[in-house]
Amino acid sequence: MPTIKTDALPIRSDEDVVRVRQKVRQWATELSFSLVEQTKVVTAASELARNTLVHGGGGEVTLETLAEGTKRKGLRLTFQDRGPGIPNIERAMTEGYTTGDGLGLGLSGARRLSSEFDIHSEVGVGTSVTITRWK
Amino acid sequence: MNHPKTGRVADLVARAQQDILDDWIRQQLGQTGRGAGRISEAALRQQSTRFLEAFARAINGGLIYDAKAPRWDDLREVLKELSLSRAAQNFSTSETATFIFSLKQPLFERLRKEAGGADVDADIWSISTLLDTLGLYTSEAYQKAREEVINRQQEEMLELSTPVVQLWDGIVALPLIGTLDSARTQVVMESLLNEVMARRAKFAIIDITGVPTVDTLVAQHLLKTVAAARLMGVECLISGIRPQFAQTIVHLGIDLTQVVTKASLADAFSLALKKLQMAVVRLEGRPGRS
Ligand SMILES: Nc1ncnc2c1ncn2[C@@H]1O[C@H](COP(=O)(O)OP(=O)(O)OP(=O)(O)O)[C@@H](O)[C@H]1O
Ligand SMILES: [Mg+2]
Repeated sequence: MPTIKTDALPIRSDEDVVRVRQKVRQWATELSFSLVEQTKVVTAASELARNTLVHGGGGEVTLETLAEGTKRKGLRLTFQDRGPGIPNIERAMTEGYTTGDGLGLGLSGARRLSSEFDIHSEVGVGTSVTITRWK
Repeated sequence: MNHPKTGRVADLVARAQQDILDDWIRQQLGQTGRGAGRISEAALRQQSTRFLEAFARAINGGLIYDAKAPRWDDLREVLKELSLSRAAQNFSTSETATFIFSLKQPLFERLRKEAGGADVDADIWSISTLLDTLGLYTSEAYQKAREEVINRQQEEMLELSTPVVQLWDGIVALPLIGTLDSARTQVVMESLLNEVMARRAKFAIIDITGVPTVDTLVAQHLLKTVAAARLMGVECLISGIRPQFAQTIVHLGIDLTQVVTKASLADAFSLALKKLQMAVVRLEGRPGRS
């Protein structure tokens, strides 16, 4: 599957989270995502970027524009950190589970807002979450 | 480095300043990368004039071409201002540096013409190097200015602007404008509640039309504020949840059933009035007046 365009942004501060949302919105607009699709991918990005910052101690996001054939276009986002990792992914994905003082809805919500969702985590090594939103 | 004297070029610039200026401006107006009309001809003329005047002063007196010498301070100051204004107008680095580079052609042409066959290669080489240095300086100043612009925009974006608007006796509106990401958000919300209390409001309408993203953090801030207000005897209504957010809120699994939500601020206002046993009615028999 050819990648058309790619870029990366750091996630080290609240400002960076805002910047990630803006860039994702911009790319989704360029792909002519509908307003609802745009909102979904921006919201998922917001959740994952904040997890990277708050739980992962900072990291980065890679953005990719994908094309399958001539019609199908997608936006893939990969969030990576070298934080503490997640000991039990299934539990972390459970609605309402939080080790911080959040609502515990970010991860499960991001999965529902995306077409594809992939998470890898190793305790003491870090976490990587990849989502794709197809048009 | 061995810098030749500026005598011949200085004479030329002093003598033909107006002609060089005209050629130069014509040159810049003809360029496609001029920032596509982002700068008016009048502004361009003014910037070019200021530059050329400072340039003429700096080069005057047969001094050497050394852009770092104190004699060029004035000119560097002019360039710094130029970079600042262009950064604010979203010019690119190369568009900004081109301002300086585009002076080469009109200057060299005139130098050759007026030299009457004398060898001007050394002059051209020196002045070219000098303009390159100034162009580079402009790019650096531009980069710095641009970063400042971006930082400022970033701060403004993180800023949460929240006036407390009295709509009626006992009803206030809190139109949230901006992002709720910053660590300060909860503090802002708390001080808002104090303001609501001070106005003895019974109802507070939190309007989120101006909030660009509604995610779990935003929801959490809202829910905390609503709960805190309730403890103080103030009922909150949330308005301005746009349709696309209604969907994402469901996908995120956020439970807003404990909160009264309305599509628009007007709807929320009329509900609050109703709960205060009041209503807005049309006055019968008095058309055209209120
Ligand atoms: N990148 C990460 N590194 C380490 N732990 C993580 C990471 N992302 C999520 N987690 C863990 O998974 C839990 C659930 O994450 P989720 O995003 O669902 O909820 P939350 O961030 O705690 O709250 P909310 O997102 O609702 O504000 C977190 O509390 C945290 O323990
Ligand atoms: Mg989260």
